[in-house]
Amino acid sequence: MGFLNLFSKTGAAVQRLPSGSMTVDRDGNVVATTVSSAYPPELLHEIAVEVLRLFREARTAQIPLAEFNLHFASLRITAREMRGGAIVFLSPKTESTTSSPN
Amino acid sequence: MEPRHKILLLDDDPDVLELYKDILAQLPSHPEVHTATTGARALALLDAEPFRLLICDLKMPRMDGLQVLSIVRRRVPEVRTVVLTGVPDEEFRSRAYALGVDLFWLKPETQQNMQMFLECLESLLGRDATGGFRGVQSKSLMDIIQMECLSQSSTVLRITRGALVGKIWMVEGELIHAETEGAVGEAAFQRILEWRSGTFENLPPEPDHERTINKPAHVLLLEMAQAMDETANPGAAGAGEELDHRKTVWKLSALTREGAEWIVSVPEKGVPEGWGTQAAEESAKWMRQAGELCKRLSERLEAGPLSHIEGCCLERRLILLPWEKKTFLLSWPPNWEAHRMVEQSKQIVASWDS
Repeated sequence: MGFLNLFSKTGAAVQRLPSGSMTVDRDGNVVATTVSSAYPPELLHEIAVEVLRLFREARTAQIPLAEFNLHFASLRITAREMRGGAIVFLSPKTESTTSSPN
Repeated sequence: MEPRHKILLLDDDPDVLELYKDILAQLPSHPEVHTATTGARALALLDAEPFRLLICDLKMPRMDGLQVLSIVRRRVPEVRTVVLTGVPDEEFRSRAYALGVDLFWLKPETQQNMQMFLECLESLLGRDATGGFRGVQSKSLMDIIQMECLSQSSTVLRITRGALVGKIWMVEGELIHAETEGAVGEAAFQRILEWRSGTFENLPPEPDHERTINKPAHVLLLEMAQAMDETANPGAAGAGEELDHRKTVWKLSALTREGAEWIVSVPEKGVPEGWGTQAAEESAKWMRQAGELCKRLSERLEAGPLSHIEGCCLERRLILLPWEKKTFLLSWPPNWEAHRMVEQSKQIVASWDS
Protein backbone atom coordinates (compact mmCIF):
# COMPACT_ATOMS: atom_id res chain seq x y z
CA MET A 1 0.00 0.00 0.00
CA GLY A 2 3.01 2.19 0.05
CA PHE A 3 2.26 3.52 -3.45
CA LEU A 4 -0.68 5.56 -2.04
CA ASN A 5 1.84 7.73 -0.31
CA LEU A 6 2.74 9.04 -3.78
CA PHE A 7 -0.53 10.99 -3.72
CA SER A 8 -0.21 12.38 -0.25
CA LYS A 9 1.01 15.95 0.08
CA THR A 10 3.97 16.84 2.15
CA GLY A 11 2.33 19.14 4.73
CA ALA A 12 3.25 22.75 4.13
CA ALA A 13 4.60 24.37 7.25
CA VAL A 14 1.96 26.87 8.33
CA GLN A 15 3.22 29.16 11.01
CA ARG A 16 0.82 29.44 13.88
CA LEU A 17 0.04 32.83 15.31
CA PRO A 18 1.27 33.39 18.84
CA SER A 19 -1.36 33.44 21.53
CA GLY A 20 -0.83 34.43 25.13
CA SER A 21 1.17 37.05 26.97
CA MET A 22 4.77 37.77 27.83
CA THR A 23 6.67 40.10 30.06
CA VAL A 24 9.83 41.58 28.59
CA ASP A 25 12.63 43.54 30.19
CA ARG A 26 14.14 46.78 28.87
CA ASP A 27 16.53 44.80 26.60
CA GLY A 28 13.81 42.81 24.95
CA ASN A 29 14.47 39.60 26.84
CA VAL A 30 11.38 37.53 27.54
CA VAL A 31 11.15 37.26 31.31
CA ALA A 32 7.97 35.22 31.51
CA THR A 33 5.46 34.00 28.96
CA THR A 34 2.28 32.01 28.58
CA VAL A 35 2.79 31.57 24.83
CA SER A 36 3.12 27.92 23.80
CA SER A 37 6.68 26.64 24.06
CA ALA A 38 6.21 25.31 20.52
CA TYR A 39 6.29 28.86 19.25
CA PRO A 40 9.77 29.91 18.12
CA PRO A 41 11.43 31.85 20.98
CA GLU A 42 13.41 33.98 18.53
CA LEU A 43 10.15 35.27 17.06
CA LEU A 44 8.90 36.18 20.52
CA HIS A 45 12.15 38.04 21.10
CA GLU A 46 11.70 39.89 17.79
CA ILE A 47 8.21 40.93 18.82
CA ALA A 48 9.56 42.15 22.16
CA VAL A 49 12.29 44.21 20.50
CA GLU A 50 9.91 45.80 18.02
CA VAL A 51 7.41 46.63 20.76
CA LEU A 52 10.06 48.38 22.85
CA ARG A 53 11.29 50.23 19.75
CA LEU A 54 7.81 51.52 19.06
CA PHE A 55 7.55 52.90 22.60
CA ARG A 56 11.00 54.47 22.32
CA GLU A 57 10.43 56.10 18.94
CA ALA A 58 7.08 57.46 20.06
CA ARG A 59 8.71 59.01 23.12
CA THR A 60 11.32 60.67 20.89
CA ALA A 61 8.49 62.15 18.82
CA GLN A 62 6.94 63.65 21.99
CA ILE A 63 4.23 61.00 22.04
CA PRO A 64 4.84 59.21 25.35
CA LEU A 65 2.62 56.20 24.81
CA ALA A 66 1.64 54.19 27.87
CA GLU A 67 -0.11 51.53 25.85
CA PHE A 68 -0.81 50.62 22.25
CA ASN A 69 -2.69 48.08 20.21
CA LEU A 70 -1.44 46.96 16.81
CA HIS A 71 -4.38 45.66 14.84
CA PHE A 72 -3.27 43.37 12.04
CA ALA A 73 -5.72 41.48 9.88
CA SER A 74 -5.29 38.31 11.92
CA LEU A 75 -3.49 39.31 15.08
CA ARG A 76 -3.75 41.97 17.73
CA ILE A 77 -0.69 42.93 19.73
CA THR A 78 -1.38 44.90 22.90
CA ALA A 79 1.59 46.32 24.74
CA ARG A 80 1.68 48.20 28.04
CA GLU A 81 4.85 49.89 29.15
CA MET A 82 6.22 48.67 32.48
CA ARG A 83 9.35 50.17 34.05
CA GLY A 84 11.26 50.37 30.78
CA GLY A 85 10.09 46.91 29.74
CA ALA A 86 6.59 45.90 28.73
CA ILE A 87 3.86 43.38 29.12
CA VAL A 88 2.65 42.15 25.74
CA PHE A 89 -0.59 40.38 24.91
CA LEU A 90 -0.83 38.45 21.66
CA SER A 91 -4.36 37.67 20.50
CA PRO A 92 -5.01 35.96 17.19
CA LYS A 93 -8.23 37.20 15.65
CA THR A 94 -10.93 34.65 15.09
CA GLU A 95 -13.83 35.32 12.76
CA SER A 96 -15.93 36.57 15.61
CA THR A 97 -13.30 39.08 16.73
CA THR A 98 -12.08 40.26 13.33
CA SER A 99 -12.90 43.89 12.79
CA SER A 100 -14.28 44.94 9.47
CA PRO A 101 -11.69 45.97 6.88
CA ASN A 102 -11.36 49.61 5.77
CA MET B 1 -9.68 108.58 -5.26
CA GLU B 2 -12.72 106.31 -4.98
CA PRO B 3 -15.83 107.36 -6.92
CA ARG B 4 -18.59 108.89 -4.78
CA HIS B 5 -21.64 106.75 -4.19
CA LYS B 6 -24.89 107.95 -5.63
CA ILE B 7 -28.08 108.17 -3.60
CA LEU B 8 -31.51 108.69 -5.09
CA LEU B 9 -34.09 110.31 -2.84
CA LEU B 10 -37.74 109.80 -3.76
CA ASP B 11 -40.46 111.82 -2.06
CA ASP B 12 -43.46 113.72 -3.39
CA ASP B 13 -42.74 116.68 -1.09
CA PRO B 14 -40.04 118.97 -2.59
CA ASP B 15 -39.35 120.54 0.83
CA VAL B 16 -38.53 117.16 2.34
CA LEU B 17 -36.27 116.43 -0.62
CA GLU B 18 -34.37 119.67 -0.12
CA LEU B 19 -33.97 119.10 3.59
CA TYR B 20 -32.71 115.51 3.24
CA LYS B 21 -30.49 116.38 0.30
CA ASP B 22 -28.59 118.80 2.55
CA ILE B 23 -28.43 116.32 5.42
CA LEU B 24 -27.24 113.40 3.28
CA ALA B 25 -24.58 115.48 1.60
CA GLN B 26 -22.89 115.70 4.99
CA LEU B 27 -22.40 111.94 5.32
CA PRO B 28 -18.74 110.99 5.82
CA SER B 29 -18.56 109.32 2.41
CA HIS B 30 -19.89 112.53 0.75
CA PRO B 31 -22.33 110.80 -1.59
CA GLU B 32 -23.84 112.39 -4.67
CA VAL B 33 -27.51 112.95 -3.88
CA HIS B 34 -30.15 113.02 -6.63
CA THR B 35 -33.84 113.58 -6.12
CA ALA B 36 -37.12 112.58 -7.74
CA THR B 37 -40.68 113.60 -6.86
CA THR B 38 -42.44 110.72 -8.63
CA GLY B 39 -41.94 106.99 -8.91
CA ALA B 40 -41.78 107.17 -12.69
CA ARG B 41 -39.01 109.75 -12.56
CA ALA B 42 -37.08 107.67 -10.02
CA LEU B 43 -37.31 104.56 -12.19
CA ALA B 44 -36.12 106.51 -15.21
CA LEU B 45 -33.10 107.76 -13.25
CA LEU B 46 -32.31 104.27 -11.97
CA ASP B 47 -32.44 102.94 -15.52
CA ALA B 48 -30.20 105.70 -16.77
CA GLU B 49 -27.34 105.51 -14.30
CA PRO B 50 -26.08 103.31 -11.48
CA PHE B 51 -27.15 104.25 -7.95
CA ARG B 52 -25.98 102.68 -4.76
CA LEU B 53 -28.95 103.56 -2.61
CA LEU B 54 -32.60 104.44 -3.09
CA ILE B 55 -34.38 106.18 -0.24
CA CYS B 56 -38.07 106.06 -0.83
CA ASP B 57 -41.17 107.52 0.79
CA LEU B 58 -44.22 105.27 0.97
CA LYS B 59 -47.24 107.51 0.53
CA MET B 60 -47.12 109.13 -2.88
CA PRO B 61 -49.78 109.85 -5.51
CA ARG B 62 -50.20 107.57 -8.55
CA MET B 63 -47.36 105.12 -7.84
CA ASP B 64 -46.77 104.52 -4.12
CA GLY B 65 -43.48 103.55 -2.53
CA LEU B 66 -44.22 99.83 -2.33
CA GLN B 67 -45.00 99.72 -6.03
CA VAL B 68 -41.77 101.52 -6.83
CA LEU B 69 -39.77 99.18 -4.59
CA SER B 70 -41.26 96.09 -6.14
CA ILE B 71 -40.28 97.31 -9.63
CA VAL B 72 -36.82 98.36 -8.46
CA ARG B 73 -36.26 94.95 -6.87
CA ARG B 74 -36.92 93.28 -10.21
CA ARG B 75 -35.16 95.74 -12.51
CA VAL B 76 -32.12 96.76 -10.47
CA PRO B 77 -31.67 94.20 -7.68
CA GLU B 78 -28.20 95.47 -6.80
CA VAL B 79 -29.55 98.82 -5.53
CA ARG B 80 -29.83 99.04 -1.74
CA THR B 81 -33.25 100.27 -0.70
CA VAL B 82 -34.40 102.25 2.30
CA VAL B 83 -37.95 103.20 3.20
CA LEU B 84 -38.22 106.54 4.94
CA THR B 85 -41.77 107.26 5.99
CA GLY B 86 -43.87 109.16 8.48
CA VAL B 87 -46.41 106.31 8.72
CA PRO B 88 -45.79 104.09 11.77
CA ASP B 89 -47.66 101.12 10.35
CA GLU B 90 -46.52 97.55 11.08
CA GLU B 91 -48.22 96.21 7.99
CA PHE B 92 -46.26 98.59 5.75
CA ARG B 93 -43.09 97.67 7.58
CA SER B 94 -43.53 93.94 7.05
CA ARG B 95 -44.59 94.40 3.44
CA ALA B 96 -41.53 96.55 2.79
CA TYR B 97 -39.20 93.97 4.35
CA ALA B 98 -40.96 91.24 2.37
CA LEU B 99 -39.97 93.18 -0.75
CA GLY B 100 -36.38 92.95 0.37
CA VAL B 101 -35.69 96.50 1.56
CA ASP B 102 -32.55 96.96 3.59
CA LEU B 103 -33.97 99.42 6.07
CA PHE B 104 -37.37 100.69 7.16
CA TRP B 105 -37.10 103.95 9.10
CA LEU B 106 -39.65 106.37 10.48
CA LYS B 107 -38.82 109.95 9.61
CA PRO B 108 -36.52 111.04 12.43
CA GLU B 109 -37.97 113.48 14.92
CA THR B 110 -34.99 113.82 17.24
CA GLN B 111 -31.37 114.66 16.67
CA GLN B 112 -30.31 111.31 18.15
CA ASN B 113 -32.66 109.40 15.86
CA MET B 114 -31.38 111.33 12.86
CA GLN B 115 -27.83 110.49 13.82
CA MET B 116 -28.63 106.77 14.02
CA PHE B 117 -30.36 106.94 10.66
CA LEU B 118 -27.30 108.55 9.07
CA GLU B 119 -25.02 105.89 10.57
CA CYS B 120 -27.19 103.16 9.08
CA LEU B 121 -27.05 104.82 5.70
CA GLU B 122 -23.28 105.14 5.90
CA SER B 123 -23.07 101.45 6.74
CA LEU B 124 -25.23 100.55 3.76
CA LEU B 125 -23.12 102.71 1.47
CA GLY B 126 -19.98 101.10 2.77
CA ARG B 127 -20.92 97.55 2.01
CA ASP B 128 -18.85 95.70 -0.54
CA ALA B 129 -20.09 96.70 -3.96
CA THR B 130 -19.12 93.37 -5.50
CA GLY B 131 -21.74 91.31 -3.75
CA GLY B 132 -23.10 90.09 -0.48
CA PHE B 133 -26.35 88.87 0.93
CA ARG B 134 -28.46 91.11 3.08
CA GLY B 135 -28.59 90.31 6.74
CA VAL B 136 -25.05 88.94 6.77
CA GLN B 137 -22.70 91.67 5.65
CA SER B 138 -19.86 90.80 3.31
CA LYS B 139 -20.78 87.14 3.19
CA SER B 140 -21.39 85.28 -0.02
CA LEU B 141 -24.21 82.81 -0.37
CA MET B 142 -21.61 80.05 -0.17
CA ASP B 143 -20.47 81.37 3.21
CA ILE B 144 -24.05 81.46 4.45
CA ILE B 145 -24.71 77.87 3.37
CA GLN B 146 -21.40 76.78 4.85
CA MET B 147 -22.36 78.35 8.19
CA GLU B 148 -25.73 76.59 8.11
CA CYS B 149 -24.02 73.27 7.36
CA LEU B 150 -21.42 73.68 10.09
CA SER B 151 -24.09 74.49 12.65
CA GLN B 152 -25.98 71.38 11.47
CA SER B 153 -29.12 73.40 10.85
CA SER B 154 -32.37 72.05 9.60
CA THR B 155 -34.02 74.74 7.55
CA VAL B 156 -35.25 75.81 4.15
CA LEU B 157 -33.29 78.74 2.80
CA ARG B 158 -35.32 80.94 0.51
CA ILE B 159 -33.05 83.06 -1.63
CA THR B 160 -34.25 85.93 -3.74
CA ARG B 161 -32.36 87.82 -6.37
CA GLY B 162 -34.69 90.27 -8.08
CA ALA B 163 -37.40 88.23 -9.71
CA LEU B 164 -35.46 84.99 -9.21
CA VAL B 165 -36.36 82.80 -6.29
CA GLY B 166 -34.49 79.70 -5.17
CA LYS B 167 -34.93 77.34 -2.26
CA ILE B 168 -32.40 75.07 -0.58
CA TRP B 169 -33.55 72.35 1.81
CA MET B 170 -31.19 71.40 4.62
CA VAL B 171 -31.59 68.69 7.25
CA GLU B 172 -29.11 68.58 10.12
CA GLY B 173 -26.47 70.35 8.08
CA GLU B 174 -26.91 68.19 4.98
CA LEU B 175 -28.19 69.54 1.69
CA ILE B 176 -31.05 67.38 0.54
CA HIS B 177 -32.79 69.35 -2.18
CA ALA B 178 -32.70 72.60 -4.14
CA GLU B 179 -34.93 74.12 -6.75
CA THR B 180 -35.14 77.26 -8.81
CA GLU B 181 -36.66 78.28 -12.09
CA GLY B 182 -37.39 74.77 -13.36
CA ALA B 183 -34.12 73.24 -12.16
CA VAL B 184 -33.90 70.82 -9.23
CA GLY B 185 -31.16 69.08 -7.28
CA GLU B 186 -27.50 69.84 -7.88
CA ALA B 187 -28.24 71.84 -11.04
CA ALA B 188 -30.52 74.16 -9.09
CA PHE B 189 -28.03 74.44 -6.26
CA GLN B 190 -25.30 75.40 -8.70
CA ARG B 191 -27.50 78.00 -10.36
CA ILE B 192 -28.46 79.59 -7.04
CA LEU B 193 -24.84 79.74 -5.91
CA GLU B 194 -23.95 81.78 -8.97
CA TRP B 195 -26.07 84.67 -7.68
CA ARG B 196 -23.69 87.22 -6.26
CA SER B 197 -26.20 89.25 -4.27
CA GLY B 198 -29.76 89.12 -3.07
CA THR B 199 -31.73 88.41 0.04
CA PHE B 200 -32.34 85.26 1.98
CA GLU B 201 -34.63 84.08 4.71
CA ASN B 202 -34.89 80.94 6.81
CA LEU B 203 -38.16 79.07 6.49
CA PRO B 204 -39.27 76.25 8.81
CA PRO B 205 -37.48 72.94 8.15
CA GLU B 206 -39.05 70.22 6.03
CA PRO B 207 -37.15 67.09 7.06
CA ASP B 208 -39.45 64.77 5.11
CA HIS B 209 -38.94 66.53 1.79
CA GLU B 210 -37.85 64.34 -1.13
CA ARG B 211 -34.07 64.05 -1.36
CA THR B 212 -32.48 64.90 -4.70
CA ILE B 213 -28.97 65.79 -3.52
CA ASN B 214 -26.91 62.92 -2.17
CA LYS B 215 -23.41 64.34 -2.14
CA PRO B 216 -22.09 65.55 1.21
CA ALA B 217 -22.53 69.32 1.59
CA HIS B 218 -18.84 70.08 1.88
CA VAL B 219 -17.99 68.12 -1.26
CA LEU B 220 -20.65 69.96 -3.22
CA LEU B 221 -19.59 73.36 -1.90
CA LEU B 222 -15.95 72.72 -2.69
CA GLU B 223 -16.79 71.58 -6.21
CA MET B 224 -18.90 74.68 -6.74
CA ALA B 225 -16.22 76.95 -5.29
CA GLN B 226 -13.63 75.42 -7.58
CA ALA B 227 -15.86 75.74 -10.64
CA MET B 228 -16.74 79.34 -9.79
CA ASP B 229 -13.14 80.30 -9.11
CA GLU B 230 -12.00 78.80 -12.38
CA THR B 231 -14.76 80.57 -14.27
CA ALA B 232 -14.15 83.91 -12.61
CA ASN B 233 -10.33 83.87 -12.62
CA PRO B 234 -8.93 81.29 -15.00
CA GLY B 235 -5.35 80.71 -13.93
CA ALA B 236 -5.46 83.41 -11.25
CA ALA B 237 -3.29 82.84 -8.21
CA GLY B 238 -5.95 83.95 -5.74
CA ALA B 239 -8.51 81.41 -6.90
CA GLY B 240 -6.53 78.48 -5.54
CA GLU B 241 -5.94 80.27 -2.25
CA GLU B 242 -9.63 80.82 -1.74
CA LEU B 243 -10.33 77.15 -2.43
CA ASP B 244 -7.56 76.03 -0.09
CA HIS B 245 -8.95 78.29 2.59
CA ARG B 246 -12.37 76.72 2.23
CA LYS B 247 -10.89 73.23 2.38
CA THR B 248 -9.00 74.10 5.55
CA VAL B 249 -12.13 75.50 7.17
CA TRP B 250 -14.03 72.33 6.27
CA LYS B 251 -11.34 70.06 7.55
CA LEU B 252 -10.95 71.84 10.85
CA SER B 253 -14.70 71.99 11.31
CA ALA B 254 -15.00 68.27 10.53
CA LEU B 255 -12.44 67.56 13.26
CA THR B 256 -14.22 69.79 15.76
CA ARG B 257 -17.62 68.36 14.93
CA GLU B 258 -16.45 64.80 15.53
CA GLY B 259 -14.56 65.76 18.68
CA ALA B 260 -11.02 65.05 17.46
CA GLU B 261 -8.17 67.31 18.59
CA TRP B 262 -5.81 67.21 15.65
CA ILE B 263 -4.85 65.21 12.60
CA VAL B 264 -1.65 64.60 10.67
CA SER B 265 -1.67 63.20 7.17
CA VAL B 266 1.44 61.62 5.67
CA PRO B 267 1.57 60.73 1.98
CA GLU B 268 3.79 57.92 0.70
CA LYS B 269 5.99 60.57 -0.86
CA GLY B 270 5.75 64.24 -0.15
CA VAL B 271 5.29 66.65 2.69
CA PRO B 272 3.12 65.76 5.70
CA GLU B 273 0.25 68.06 6.62
CA GLY B 274 -1.11 68.79 10.05
CA TRP B 275 -4.38 70.38 11.15
CA GLY B 276 -4.73 71.53 14.73
CA THR B 277 -1.13 70.66 15.63
CA GLN B 278 2.22 72.37 15.35
CA ALA B 279 4.14 69.10 15.62
CA ALA B 280 3.20 67.57 12.27
CA GLU B 281 6.81 66.87 11.27
CA GLU B 282 7.67 65.03 14.48
CA SER B 283 4.48 63.02 14.40
CA ALA B 284 5.00 62.20 10.73
CA LYS B 285 8.46 60.84 11.48
CA TRP B 286 7.05 58.50 14.11
CA MET B 287 4.19 57.49 11.82
CA ARG B 288 6.68 56.42 9.15
CA GLN B 289 8.74 54.53 11.71
CA ALA B 290 5.65 52.81 13.11
CA GLY B 291 4.51 51.92 9.58
CA GLU B 292 7.86 50.30 8.79
CA LEU B 293 7.94 48.46 12.09
CA CYS B 294 4.45 47.05 11.58
CA LYS B 295 5.37 45.98 8.07
CA ARG B 296 8.31 44.03 9.44
CA LEU B 297 6.18 42.42 12.15
CA SER B 298 3.43 41.59 9.71
CA GLU B 299 5.87 39.81 7.39
CA ARG B 300 7.67 37.92 10.17
CA LEU B 301 4.53 36.78 11.95
CA GLU B 302 2.38 36.37 8.81
CA ALA B 303 -0.28 38.37 10.59
CA GLY B 304 -1.72 40.14 7.54
CA PRO B 305 -1.75 43.85 6.78
CA LEU B 306 -2.00 46.48 9.48
CA SER B 307 -5.53 47.73 9.99
CA HIS B 308 -4.75 50.46 12.50
CA ILE B 309 -2.87 51.30 15.68
CA GLU B 310 -4.56 52.56 18.82
CA GLY B 311 -2.37 54.28 21.34
CA CYS B 312 -2.95 56.10 24.56
CA CYS B 313 -1.00 58.34 26.86
CA LEU B 314 -2.02 60.61 29.70
CA GLU B 315 -3.14 63.51 27.55
CA ARG B 316 -4.75 61.84 24.60
CA ARG B 317 -5.71 58.77 22.65
CA LEU B 318 -4.33 58.24 19.18
CA ILE B 319 -5.35 56.36 16.08
CA LEU B 320 -2.89 55.68 13.32
CA LEU B 321 -4.79 54.70 10.22
CA PRO B 322 -3.32 53.66 6.87
CA TRP B 323 -5.75 54.82 4.21
CA GLU B 324 -5.18 54.35 0.50
CA LYS B 325 -1.84 55.98 -0.25
CA LYS B 326 -1.66 57.98 2.97
CA THR B 327 -1.34 57.38 6.65
CA PHE B 328 -3.31 59.44 9.15
CA LEU B 329 -2.74 60.06 12.82
CA LEU B 330 -5.71 61.40 14.77
CA SER B 331 -5.68 62.64 18.34
CA TRP B 332 -8.75 62.25 20.56
CA PRO B 333 -9.48 63.29 24.15
CA PRO B 334 -8.21 60.77 26.74
CA ASN B 335 -11.69 59.74 27.85
CA TRP B 336 -12.96 58.97 24.35
CA GLU B 337 -14.45 55.50 23.81
CA ALA B 338 -12.06 53.28 21.87
CA HIS B 339 -14.64 51.69 19.58
CA ARG B 340 -16.26 55.00 18.73
CA MET B 341 -12.86 56.56 18.13
CA VAL B 342 -11.90 54.04 15.43
CA GLU B 343 -15.17 54.42 13.57
CA GLN B 344 -15.10 58.21 13.78
CA SER B 345 -11.49 58.28 12.63
CA LYS B 346 -12.43 56.25 9.58
CA GLN B 347 -15.28 58.62 8.82
CA ILE B 348 -13.07 61.69 9.04
CA VAL B 349 -10.35 60.13 6.96
CA ALA B 350 -12.81 58.94 4.32
CA SER B 351 -14.05 62.48 3.79
CA TRP B 352 -10.65 64.11 4.10
CA ASP B 353 -9.53 64.13 0.51
CA SER B 354 -12.92 64.03 -1.16
